[in-house]
Amino acid sequence: MTVTAMLNQLTTWELAAKLGRREVSARQVMQACLDRIERVEGQVHAFISYDAADALEQADAADRELAGGTTGKPLLGIPIGIKDVLAVRGQPLNCGSKILGQFISPYSATVIDKLRQAGAIVFGRLNMDEFAMGSSTENSAFGVTHNPWDTGRIPGGSSGGSAAAVAADECIAALGSDTGGSIRQPAALCGCVGLKPTYGRVSRYGLVAFASSLDQIGPLAKDVRDAALVLGAISGPDPRDSTCVPSPVPDYAAALDGRIKGLKLGLAKEYMIGGLDPAVGAAVQSAVRQYEKLGAEIVEISLPHTDFAVAAYYIIATAEASANLARFDGIRYGLRVEGGDPIDLYCKTRGAGFGAEVKRRIILGAYVLSSGYYDAYYLRAQKVRTLIRRDFLDAFGKVDAIITPTSPTAAFKVGEKAGDPLQMYLSDIFTISCNLAGICGLSLPCGFTASPKLPIGLQLLGKPFGEETLLKLAHAYEQSTPWHKAKPPLAE
Amino acid sequence: MPGNFDVKYVAHLARIALTPAEEEQFGAQLSNILGYIEKLNQLDVSQIEPTAHAVPLLNVFRHDEIRPSLPQAEALRNAPATANGLFLVPKIVE
Repeated sequence: MTVTAMLNQLTTWELAAKLGRREVSARQVMQACLDRIERVEGQVHAFISYDAADALEQADAADRELAGGTTGKPLLGIPIGIKDVLAVRGQPLNCGSKILGQFISPYSATVIDKLRQAGAIVFGRLNMDEFAMGSSTENSAFGVTHNPWDTGRIPGGSSGGSAAAVAADECIAALGSDTGGSIRQPAALCGCVGLKPTYGRVSRYGLVAFASSLDQIGPLAKDVRDAALVLGAISGPDPRDSTCVPSPVPDYAAALDGRIKGLKLGLAKEYMIGGLDPAVGAAVQSAVRQYEKLGAEIVEISLPHTDFAVAAYYIIATAEASANLARFDGIRYGLRVEGGDPIDLYCKTRGAGFGAEVKRRIILGAYVLSSGYYDAYYLRAQKVRTLIRRDFLDAFGKVDAIITPTSPTAAFKVGEKAGDPLQMYLSDIFTISCNLAGICGLSLPCGFTASPKLPIGLQLLGKPFGEETLLKLAHAYEQSTPWHKAKPPLAE
Repeated sequence: MPGNFDVKYVAHLARIALTPAEEEQFGAQLSNILGYIEKLNQLDVSQIEPTAHAVPLLNVFRHDEIRPSLPQAEALRNAPATANGLFLVPKIVE
């Protein structure tokens, strides 16, 4: 196979240059992704479904625009995969669940409209944990997604399909959603870049809500520049999402200038936990030394309430989920199981339509909000959230960003943690606080475990609306290391 | 209170029918999770204000203009049962 034939391996910015010079066509790029899917999807299963004919039609439309000369559209002709939690008009939307039945979206999410305005080919329905609840993509009603680095292992979750598809070069970049680490953790476990923007940076209109005070949409990409380009395309205020902040969107790619000398990186002593895999700890330590070499200053900081984050999160997130998922009642859309009266219909429909993890979380959420327990659980968790947010704002008074592992371990085996939800929750320890505090976070590759060879992720946490600094720091490290260029050993 | 967590009762509040096997499994798992969550009681939060969400935005208004909305046929397209342009639901009152 010639190098030019492997278009699906390139980044959005490399392809944009080639497309702009008319060296390749958008149809060739899309076809290269479809050919790759044909060869490896049987092992990976990143997609729930995709419409090849529609994708090629979009590619042809992009080629017609490209023929007309400069367009100023940064993603023109680039195939971007979509997590199955985002509405795309005319396409199926299942959230990895049985309960939506044969649902077809009657409208598109704002991020989809924005991707189209930027010229992207909006492509496929990427697998996920049901309603984004999970850290392994094992909780999907459409089967497990496999890690391209070792198909006996999970890709992380909940945006496991998005991370696996990008890592396996089945699409060029993807959108995911992140409520407690669901973009960053799968990005870490699959060896790609994942960015959770600051709460309020990206419109959630058309994102099926899990926990409304925590959810954000963000990119999964092959390198930091791609993450910057996709973030720029999807950010900005939206009259249809009142939580989306009306501040201007910077040119994120312009921040990638390598100038990180003098920037201060915080190392939190509370993040040196017992369950940390020694290989992950060593990779992060060596990334810290690399940052010192690049001229950044390492500062020890304290985030004293770290140990309470998982507990606070699983109260707040489940409480919000129990309210948000009340809409799946078998009346207006999706699955219906008939019952003797409306309540019987609701109970039967939800009993049959939701998977085990979603049921557990809705029940937990209903409990912590129920009469007599609200103050003890929900209100207390919201107060602990204040303490966690304060920890971060105090730390950001001293440092420009915080450096941590993304996940305490590399990818685990399919089935390894499926029977113990609490163990699964505890694996979110490094990513969860970011959502509670409403700050931004990014994961990028920082090495591999020895045997088997599995990617390790480095997490950078940034100030509210500090995405430029985060991307600048990530890019400087990435460009001085080889990790992002490694490709998984998938047999074709 | 993990000790007397009544999974059947809470599942009914949440309008989810559980099988006996699910009741047993979820009851044990949720008691375990609630036991873990108890650690929040170690903190004194009596002087702390709650945070509902992280963005200090208040009263986001837009102009009150009439705009197109989802047409009736589109709104009904995903419904499990419809009649006369309406959602069909089980009988609520005799």
